[in-house]
Amino acid sequence: MSKTETSHDDHHDHHHKETFITKYIFSIDHKMISKQYLITGLIMGIVGISMSLLFRLQLAWPEQSFGIFDVLLGKWATDGVMDPNVYLALVTIHGTIMVFFVLTAGLSGTFSNILIPLQIGARDMASGFLNMLSYWLFFISSALMIASLFVEAGPAAAGWTIYPPLSALPQAQLGSGAGMTLWLLSMAVFIVSSLLAALNYIVTVVNLRTKGMTFTRLPLTIWAFLVTAIIGVVSFPVLLSAALLLIMDRSFGTSFFLSDIFIQGEVLHYQGGSPVLFEHLFWFLGHPEVYIVLLPALGIASEVIATNSRKPIFGYRAMIFSILAIAFLSTIVWGHHMFITGMNPFLGSVFTFTTLLIAIPSAVKAFNYIATLWKGNIQFNPGMLFAIGLVSTFISGGLTGIILGDSALDINLHDTYFVVAHFHLVMGISALYGLFAGVYHWFPKMFGRMLNKNLGYIHFWITAIGAYGVFFPMHFIGMAGLPRRYYTNTNFPYFDDLANINVVITMFALIAGAAQLIFLYNFINSMFYGEKTEQNPWRSNTLEWTAPIKHIHGNWPGKIPHVHRWPYDYSKPGSKEDFIPQNIPLKKGEKELQH
Amino acid sequence: MTIILTLISLILISIAVWQLTKIFELSKPVQSESTGVATDNDNDINGKLMFLFLIFLYALTIFSFFKWGDVLLPESASVHGKKSDALLWFTFSVIFVVQTITQALLYYFAFKYRGNKTRKAFFFPDSNLLEGVWTVIPAIALSGIILYGLMTWTDIMTIEENDEALVVEIYAQQFNWKVRYSGDDGVLGDANVRFLKEFGGKNLVGIDPTDPNGEDDVVVQELHLPVDRQVVFRIRSQDVLHSMYMPHFRAQMNAVPGMINQFAFTPNVTTREMRLKKEVVDKVKKINNIRFEKSQELAANGEFPLDPYEFDFLLLCNKVCGASHYNMQMKIVVETKEEFEDWFDEQVTFKEFIK
Repeated sequence: MSKTETSHDDHHDHHHKETFITKYIFSIDHKMISKQYLITGLIMGIVGISMSLLFRLQLAWPEQSFGIFDVLLGKWATDGVMDPNVYLALVTIHGTIMVFFVLTAGLSGTFSNILIPLQIGARDMASGFLNMLSYWLFFISSALMIASLFVEAGPAAAGWTIYPPLSALPQAQLGSGAGMTLWLLSMAVFIVSSLLAALNYIVTVVNLRTKGMTFTRLPLTIWAFLVTAIIGVVSFPVLLSAALLLIMDRSFGTSFFLSDIFIQGEVLHYQGGSPVLFEHLFWFLGHPEVYIVLLPALGIASEVIATNSRKPIFGYRAMIFSILAIAFLSTIVWGHHMFITGMNPFLGSVFTFTTLLIAIPSAVKAFNYIATLWKGNIQFNPGMLFAIGLVSTFISGGLTGIILGDSALDINLHDTYFVVAHFHLVMGISALYGLFAGVYHWFPKMFGRMLNKNLGYIHFWITAIGAYGVFFPMHFIGMAGLPRRYYTNTNFPYFDDLANINVVITMFALIAGAAQLIFLYNFINSMFYGEKTEQNPWRSNTLEWTAPIKHIHGNWPGKIPHVHRWPYDYSKPGSKEDFIPQNIPLKKGEKELQH
Repeated sequence: MTIILTLISLILISIAVWQLTKIFELSKPVQSESTGVATDNDNDINGKLMFLFLIFLYALTIFSFFKWGDVLLPESASVHGKKSDALLWFTFSVIFVVQTITQALLYYFAFKYRGNKTRKAFFFPDSNLLEGVWTVIPAIALSGIILYGLMTWTDIMTIEENDEALVVEIYAQQFNWKVRYSGDDGVLGDANVRFLKEFGGKNLVGIDPTDPNGEDDVVVQELHLPVDRQVVFRIRSQDVLHSMYMPHFRAQMNAVPGMINQFAFTPNVTTREMRLKKEVVDKVKKINNIRFEKSQELAANGEFPLDPYEFDFLLLCNKVCGASHYNMQMKIVVETKEEFEDWFDEQVTFKEFIK
């Protein structure tokens, strides 16, 4: 480690000139790459959330004419009435963008990049070049996904899970032509990008920790990012293989996922494959993906809640253990998405068992957060509001998982709006809150300025009311038996009494959507005109706040600070201040907690 | 009515936003202070809002159950459905208690311990006892739920060989359902999509003409089931994934091309009995009121009014299967043994149909 230090110090003495291109575009500095991830993620987020508002309009007022459809959807909305094909396309791309582009790359990419080197005390990522490459691959895959919106027959429309044969056969639906090809290409590039990024994160955390930064002194954010990267490395290649096999079936006539198909008056040649195989491969990534999205958010929440409660995170070791337990279990529960696919019922029993076990480490995490608040001195900075909101939706959404993870109950609730409500609360809203908590908390570190707190408060409270207003009533629609991905339910008089609920949900969605504009305004405005930050605005213990506000190559001008304690010495008895940064040596006679 | 309600809620929310902005504005002391870091005043206001939010959450829960409790599925019309409903409501009562308590603790602590300059947080990094408690209690509760769930699952999914059972094939295609009964021999003839084009398209589900078991099979477009007799469904698809979803019977199984899936249940309420149940009567009445209001609007615009609605069991497609996925449905009629036999005798067998 000392070797890297000296070499970097040398490096600093003779500053090489940076051009605009090396500084802002093809940057290999983790701080710039982190900003690139965040801004790309936010742009994709605007696209993804706007799409959801469009199809919510259709669901509340089915087959009615809206001027906005005419403007945005063009030929897909004759006289302003949304076409069923485009409804499915919107649902599909909304899911894809939010899960992968916003909550995987946007969340993990941003905060792993900014925080890993700064919080462990490293000059940069292990490989700056790979880091740059992974961002640019992410950028290319985003561009491909956006490009797919403009192909003649429309983008992919088979649902974000793209189950074949629907996704494999262009005859089966409009979106399964060029749109699906672009989707698959985009995802293949995305996976390569995630893998490069994840490998880089793992190597950096394992090798480049500063002196004294043992694994049991790592902030929980870093633990979460490390474990997330490991899950990604284990599971993303499987999705890549599924995507490649699907490309083979689509373009080269193989039969991995297809068999005995008769469509549009023709018997196809495919023989012997099985769509269920695709489902296994997809969900082997798909379920860990939930935790790839959620763990970084929980890591951020741990850090933000401890700092703003002015208390150590309760049960640090239990938190690490529960992250590891969740990560391990997440790789052996994928079958709970497949209880009714025709999978052997015995396997269903096994997956029910493993799935419900996840509730135990999750419960430990939730209770530890609550215990951290207890007898704290809570500072309601905007990040803290979102972190508390995250714990709330994580509990509400997680609890209904106990129902859906139970195979006997999943029979009747599978693919209904109950599922939509469940996963939006537990991974959608929770992870989005994690993203916001992170942005409000580390904005000063990223941009050297503060976000306006009053706008932050308004943003949070409207979003919080909107989110519950959307997803709480949605459970009822699901329990009424309404399937998801229906363009309209007017063809079933039986569901006529759900129309009012759909209107209520859409109203809340529009309100919550509008609240995001407040955030966007705050973000852009504060980036340029926000109040300049102090060195350590939240009086936090972690190392990133010891680095200078102005970003420099190598993060610290002189030596990298050494670490002498864990990151959660808040309000420690015997100390005058209510926080003791990690780089402050132990006082004489001060005992370090056995962590 | 809905529009008025939405308008009112919109107005109320905008007032709330306006008031909130004002509160935050007023809470700013005169001297200049950071626009980014919370002050004691911010802590006080947001802490109180946390408590209000807890009330909002409880109110939303109570309101939803009160207002929308009646949209939930009526009592199950199948034997196993009663068991899975019992499991559902057991699980619900457990998670409802947990939800109520944990949300209360979360928001109440956020309110109670809102910070100020004079407060000092209590340094409390760890407690093996507490962590033990909240590991063991969920573990015990979950063991109960897991065991109960697995027993119910095994009970539902174990299909006993039963000569009395009615064997029915559910056949899915973009975008409709077909039903094939096994006829007097009780055995479905072999089938494959390769036979679909034979007999000038009259071989609707691709029955193998060389298999004698198929000759007496009956293919129809409406699912009739006799009450109180076990039905074994064999589920096929000819093109993409579909899902056979019968919410009133708590039954669902995917239709997968190249594979025959199975699901079995015993319907125990006829359509006629179902229509007389109080919750169904109320629901139908409510739906017809909605339809009546809508019809008047339509009539005013010179369009056709909606037909009054009568309850029927439904088979829906519940796996996205293409553009018309939202309208892939079939009516299910559950009737007495005699009615079923009378109906069945009128149907044409495969052998007669292709003649």
